[in-house]
Amino acid sequence: MIFIQQMINGLQIGSIYAVIALGYTMVYGIIKLINFAHGEVMMMGAYFAFLAASAGMPVWAVFLISMVGSALLGMAIERVAYKPLREAPRISALITAIGMSLFLQNLALVIFKADPKVMPRIIPTTPINIGSIQISNITIITFTVSVVFMILLTFFISKTKPGKAMRAVSEDKEAATLMGINANSTITLTFAIGSALAALGGILYALAYTQVAPTLGVLPGLKAFVAAVLGGIGIIPGAMIGGFILGFVETFAKAYISGRWADAIVFGILILVLSVKPTGILGKNVREKV
Amino acid sequence: MLQVQNIDVYYGKIHAIKNISFEVKKGEIVTLIGANGAGKTTILKTLSKVLKPANGSIILKGNDIKGIQPHDMIKMGMAHAPEGRRIFSQMTVLENLEMGAFIRKDSKDEQQKDMETVFRRFPRLKERKNQIAGTLSGGEQQMLAIGRALMSKPEILLMDEPSMGLAPILVDEIFNIIEDINKAGTTILLVEQNANRALQIANRAYVLETGKIVTSGDAKELMNKEEIRKAYLGG
Ligand SMILES: Nc1ncnc2c1ncn2[C@@H]1O[C@H](COP(=O)(O)OP(=O)(O)OP(=O)(O)O)[C@@H](O)[C@H]1O
Ligand SMILES: [Mg+2]
Repeated sequence: MIFIQQMINGLQIGSIYAVIALGYTMVYGIIKLINFAHGEVMMMGAYFAFLAASAGMPVWAVFLISMVGSALLGMAIERVAYKPLREAPRISALITAIGMSLFLQNLALVIFKADPKVMPRIIPTTPINIGSIQISNITIITFTVSVVFMILLTFFISKTKPGKAMRAVSEDKEAATLMGINANSTITLTFAIGSALAALGGILYALAYTQVAPTLGVLPGLKAFVAAVLGGIGIIPGAMIGGFILGFVETFAKAYISGRWADAIVFGILILVLSVKPTGILGKNVREKV
Repeated sequence: MLQVQNIDVYYGKIHAIKNISFEVKKGEIVTLIGANGAGKTTILKTLSKVLKPANGSIILKGNDIKGIQPHDMIKMGMAHAPEGRRIFSQMTVLENLEMGAFIRKDSKDEQQKDMETVFRRFPRLKERKNQIAGTLSGGEQQMLAIGRALMSKPEILLMDEPSMGLAPILVDEIFNIIEDINKAGTTILLVEQNANRALQIANRAYVLETGKIVTSGDAKELMNKEEIRKAYLGG
């Protein structure tokens, strides 16, 4: 019974990691940048949700405001911090990303202060009993909403014109440009979608832990990054798989080994997987035909 | 169709294209030939606005392309099948062709018709339309690159070494197809290492040496010139 209970907890946190990891992987796929500010976008998304919820907005509006607000934030970050460095050495953009992450954390500190805010219960918590297992409705909602967005994203990427343009630019920006695809606006769109997903993760995280603080994005951001690398960075299904694996490993490590060791185990697994398969679980070493 | 006037192109300090002028008239096949590093690819990239000329002008259908964004060149009626094919290797054959038609605003039916035309030209692509493009053979990839470029219904098509790395029988096939495409009404600017074949199908040719045009003229006449035969046609 404890096992099943932990499985369910793993699904909840795993789906949060998965939606955040998607943003990492999409941005990496298209401009080969690890956007270290991604966790902070998630944190800002949680604050946007906190503000909207505190203003008494309905649930759907809280999600909408947070996700749209974060999409705009993500687009602004790309425009201001990364676009000018598009042709610069990759390390410059990476350092800028770390700087942007610190900037956003400090911005949140100034605006919202260091003490955590209590996230209003926009969705009343009701436990659901199935036999001897108790599941919170928040768990079910988190999992369902995440999966719905993953399906929507998959459909968008594989079937729609802008989604295909995104894949084309990810593969070969110059060739995509020759096809008439505006690479810049495609990159902007990628940031918008990735950031909206980060915000979704932020709201779900805030609902689960009922608190919002300027450092909220640090650990989940890092773990989502690990999830993205684990699944194969740049590969969208990889981010989802990586997120769930991470969620399971973490909850099981907490339940059966030790809470203090959980994070060390998570990162240990990353090192292990990468030493066996450096490109991640779904990563393949594509040999290009010349 | 296309007039290039006194362009210079630099890579940093490297002066790759030196004061080059040439033109392509509507309906022609014009070929640029020259040794490795002569600057052929650089010229095509400049025409597509991937590279910027330091000076000079490029006139396409009477309009200077100076202010045009690179991704808008295809809307002006110019398609570019780049060197090394550059197909989207993780997309399917069908998706690659769709990317070629990315800018088109006409009906799906119209686009479908043109896709069928491409498939008629390259039956092998049709058999493999749901295959991931990266798993195609080199020749099939080249066919896909050409088919993709045709999907925008270009008035002028820039082709950078379409015969590169292909078996002789496929080279013949590709050159026949280029002639066909031209007969169907598309103007062609062809860059080739295979000068012999290129000159056979071209109306006119320009010979490039280290960034300069050294000779130009009627393709058949150039083929008979002693120095061209020696330098580019293996005697
Ligand atoms: N990105 C670049 N940076 C610096 N120099 C470059 C770059 N691309 C090309 N060059 C140089 O410009 C010159 C022309 O190159 P280009 O690729 O146009 O030659 P090419 O005629 O297409 O040759 P090939 O037949 O081998 O394809 C060469 O000397 C090349 O080294
Ligand atoms: Mg070349």
